[in-house]
Amino acid sequence: MNERDNSITTRDLCLWYGKFQALINVTINIRHGLITSLIGPSGCGKTTLLRCFNRINERYGYVTTTGEIKLLNKNIYDPDVSLIELRKSVGMVFQRPNPLPISVYENVVFGLRIHSDRKPARSELDDAVEKALTEVGLWNDLRDRLDTKATNLQLEQQQKLCIARLLPLKPEIILMDEPCSALDVEATRAIEELMLSLKGRYSIVIVTHNMAQARRASDECIFMLLGEIIEHARTADLFLNPKNPKTAEYIEGRYG
Amino acid sequence: MNSTPSSPATSPAPFVSNPRVRRKLRQERIAQAVFATMVVLMLLPLLGILVYLVVRGAPLISWEFLTTNPSKGMTAGGIWSALLGTVWLVVVSLAFSAPIGVLAAVYLNEYAKDNWFTRVVNLAVVNLAGVPSIVHALFGLGAFVLFFGMGRSILAASLTLAVMTMPVVITATREALGAVPMSFREACWNVGATRWQTIRRIVLPNAVSGILTGVILEISRKAGETVPIMFTGAVFFRAIPEGDLFAYRLTDQCMALSMHLYTVTTQVTGAPAALPFAVATVLILAIILINATSIAIRAWLRSHRKW
Repeated sequence: MNERDNSITTRDLCLWYGKFQALINVTINIRHGLITSLIGPSGCGKTTLLRCFNRINERYGYVTTTGEIKLLNKNIYDPDVSLIELRKSVGMVFQRPNPLPISVYENVVFGLRIHSDRKPARSELDDAVEKALTEVGLWNDLRDRLDTKATNLQLEQQQKLCIARLLPLKPEIILMDEPCSALDVEATRAIEELMLSLKGRYSIVIVTHNMAQARRASDECIFMLLGEIIEHARTADLFLNPKNPKTAEYIEGRYG
Repeated sequence: MNSTPSSPATSPAPFVSNPRVRRKLRQERIAQAVFATMVVLMLLPLLGILVYLVVRGAPLISWEFLTTNPSKGMTAGGIWSALLGTVWLVVVSLAFSAPIGVLAAVYLNEYAKDNWFTRVVNLAVVNLAGVPSIVHALFGLGAFVLFFGMGRSILAASLTLAVMTMPVVITATREALGAVPMSFREACWNVGATRWQTIRRIVLPNAVSGILTGVILEISRKAGETVPIMFTGAVFFRAIPEGDLFAYRLTDQCMALSMHLYTVTTQVTGAPAALPFAVATVLILAIILINATSIAIRAWLRSHRKW
């Protein structure tokens, strides 16, 4: 496999919350332009691992990390790495949709506003809003309601908006932390379709509790247990021919 | 269930009241009555004070009473110089304590890590709120009046009031900031916003109503204090040009409503009996007015916020 095919690689990544070790020697290669799902029982470190990729873990109290994380072949712990630039290129979508309490329009251009030195031109912003909302399939619903407060939208629209909010920044990687767990079946389907349509342009890493979702919507799948990577394979292979008996037990639903 | 259809007469019908239920209901009524009585006990003195003051003081209160200086050894005339003095003290002291308090609270809430130092600072703030006003008065006298050489002046008195009421605004601001959901901050950080951008664009706009409430609460606290200003800048009597809002200078000593109330009650003989009541009524009405404004502003700001 070519080096350039990997968008995220980690080597011997360990992470501690205080004295508790949440990640143990995690070494993975996440391939570029695919949807990779992280599955495993609660507390196995999926979300923690996800949060390593834009170093947002560091905002949550006493976290110690050792090992190496490379995004696009750049070690994100290099001293010349700017967290602002890193997080601009590595967007995150949360379990509960978290639109900002401002208008739909302002939510979409929020990233542009905070990252541009001068005041962005109105036309530039308008274009960005139309493009991003079209990409997530909200433009037709919301084109006449761009001034609505984003927190008043339906949950599904809110979650799509949270994805749209990342796009004007032209991210390389989109991290999703159980993006559908607050949504109903229809909305889940909509978000999954959206993910499939975004794939290729962006590398997507999704944490999910829902094995059916991992199966439906991801190309590769990583199974974690107690902070360790147990198995990483193409999704079809992992579900049909798990190599590790622990994986087999988990996907058969013996624990979770 | 193992019901016996052979003896329907002895088995109770479903859902019917019984002595055990009736005892619970009786306790319920008693509990409610006790709580309600306490509300009445709390309200009575409050309303009593207000009604008593207004009834006794109202006859003296007029536009002229508010806008003329006291005269004839403070037994006649109005309260102009005291009223204006209080306004000056409050405004000047607010100019120090509001920005310092609000900005310090922002630091403590948004930037400071949760470590022993932050915890000591928090403890200090809470304890500062509990320091008796006489201690603040002596501190003001020693620090501002003497050490910094400001003399007994509006400046020194205002600074003393500022130090004393700082915890109010810090606590209120921190509560207001704490009420802004964490998920908003996460959303900002995850698109690469700095803390300052997060604060300016999202956190402050959503906390402003709570912060304003804190600032306004602080105003009413400042307006009512007596001892700290008595030591540091308020005087028994001082005549100033009537009708001139800028009749005081920062280095001047001034009269103040709270101090004036103390003076006419204990130090002056021959004043009309209604005078202290009138002064007190003006003071309390001013504070009620300020608090009402705060509630109105908060209600207005809240109606514009939804998440």
